[in-house]
Amino acid sequence: MNLLEIKDLKVHFPIKGGFFNTVKDYVKAVDGLSIDIPQGTAYGLVGESGSGKTTTGKAIMGLNHITGGDITYDSQLLTGKGKTIDVREDIQMIFQDPYSSLNARKRVFDIIAEPIRNYHKRTKKELLDEVLGLLGRVGLPPGSLYKYPHEFSGGQRQRIGVARAIALNPKLIIADEPVSALDVSVQAQVLNFMQEIQQEMQLTMMFIAHDLGVVRHMCQYIGIMYQGRLVEEGTTEDIFRNPQHIYTKRLIAAIPDTDVDQVERNLALRNAIKAEYDESFSDNLDEEGRAFPLQSISETHKVALPGKG
Amino acid sequence: MSEKLLEVNSLTTSFKIKGEYFPAVDDVSFSIKPNEVLALVGESGSGKSATAFSLMGLHTNARIKGEVLFQDRKISEMGASRMNKIRGGDMAMIFQDPMTALNPLMKVKLQIMETLKIHGSRSKQERQAYAIELLDRVGIPRPDRVAEAFPHELSGGMRQRVVIAVAIANRPKLLIADEPTTALDVTIQAQILDLIRELQDDLGSGVLLITHDLGVVAEMADRVAVMYAGEIVEIAPARELFKNPQHPYTRSLLNSLPSEEMLGSRLHVIQGVVPALNRMDRTGCRFAPRIPWMDASAHEDNPQLREIADQHFVRCTCYKSFELKPDEADIEAEQMNVEGGNG
Repeated sequence: MNLLEIKDLKVHFPIKGGFFNTVKDYVKAVDGLSIDIPQGTAYGLVGESGSGKTTTGKAIMGLNHITGGDITYDSQLLTGKGKTIDVREDIQMIFQDPYSSLNARKRVFDIIAEPIRNYHKRTKKELLDEVLGLLGRVGLPPGSLYKYPHEFSGGQRQRIGVARAIALNPKLIIADEPVSALDVSVQAQVLNFMQEIQQEMQLTMMFIAHDLGVVRHMCQYIGIMYQGRLVEEGTTEDIFRNPQHIYTKRLIAAIPDTDVDQVERNLALRNAIKAEYDESFSDNLDEEGRAFPLQSISETHKVALPGKG
Repeated sequence: MSEKLLEVNSLTTSFKIKGEYFPAVDDVSFSIKPNEVLALVGESGSGKSATAFSLMGLHTNARIKGEVLFQDRKISEMGASRMNKIRGGDMAMIFQDPMTALNPLMKVKLQIMETLKIHGSRSKQERQAYAIELLDRVGIPRPDRVAEAFPHELSGGMRQRVVIAVAIANRPKLLIADEPTTALDVTIQAQILDLIRELQDDLGSGVLLITHDLGVVAEMADRVAVMYAGEIVEIAPARELFKNPQHPYTRSLLNSLPSEEMLGSRLHVIQGVVPALNRMDRTGCRFAPRIPWMDASAHEDNPQLREIADQHFVRCTCYKSFELKPDEADIEAEQMNVEGGNG
């Protein structure tokens, strides 16, 4: 079953200008995006900066105005007119920057307790026990309770961010570049433990990242985004073993590899793909410069290719 | 001129904490030849950036010892006015944080034109045209429009590219690149790395590349120095380092990367954190607390860098008997690590 279904999502931001500050044009940050995420899986949304990944995440969270399309969570329509269904308890977000996403003036206890206080009535004792349980779950010692965020390292802060996100037992987590601000050694810790939590709590996760290596490690499904639309979608296998769209190929070829024997070959491959990309990429876009609609090429694998069908 | 572009001898940079000085860079020596890329890798807090800032003479409150020779000139003893002729000209730096490296009150083009003005003799029109050309070369779309923008109007990736344009504006002989591509997309990263290679080919520039992305290191570096807690713990030609890493820290770092073989399994975690400057045991092996399953006798007192193969230096004796942490201990160790790191 799909926990989250996004259908033809559009988020357009107006550009204002001129004498009367009228709307001149729109930035189409997300322009016709459809994604289904099955219950209990991790979906990686990959793309360059400006491709609309974060905007998509925010739209699901209800933090962005939505221009068109439907978002269905657990068979409830979130984007219907006139009604607002409060699913914020079920959908939580982990933010990119562990330095600015925690309130520097609040203690760890208050940071983690805030979502619980917002949604449930708890006595002081119950709240304390609950927060202590959460701290244990993300592997922070009980002594952290009355400390402030600045007393922690980057990896530990990200754990606090995760503790806050899972405080309400959410079903869906939107993780927006959760490890891109961290060192490799710390990144390994956070990835390990996010994976554990995902399995333990049967969480569904949307993992927004530009690091394909990390996404490959974490996710079962991957969607590649370009200028507000998907250009390719499939299982992690599909994307890495059998990339079809030139844009996907280029992204994969651009990842630096630690295998020193392959450096020359990788560079040659990268340049070849870049040349092909420069030459033929415009063929992969329609007249308005948008990616074509996705077409299935196997049961799980969809690609935005011109022409066919 | 000797064949070395940059020579660093026993560089020690100390910072004052509660009235006492503690070295963040501790007796570091290395050299860079023209056309060579030396990568400096390590976790945050290991002293990579402090080293770079010391080379550029950008620390104001540090006590710096040792000598730095750039093209046989002793820049470690130069005054500010002479240093200013070199900084930003023959020796330039790409800063890590594009949010603070740019002046928020200056248009992008003026920031590039400023450094061109100080070190060159072009007319204003030429400078402006060249600034736009530079923006184009670092992969900025519509460079003529971006040139007129203020830094806050640009995204992080764009700002980083502006910082890079400023650094390469005067075609430096030595480029110190402090995490130049960390904030960028892989495709832009590839483009920037190409640009650095191009600069090398054109001018024979040497590059000190500071990064924690080991993939970038494998791709770019001729030699690699691994830094931990202010010391170089291993230095070797890049190929040798990746094929035959020796120091426990190097091996742990290489193992913590998500890779094809690691799919579906837990990643290797280095337990603990880099110790704080004022709480560091400086007599024994500094990495010892993070590999506690190793016997104390494996380490030596006052560990030294020793050449174990041609051009391959390793500090301390513990590499000889080091084994990566056994799997079962993983979870337990991670718990400890959090408690230990939170002191």
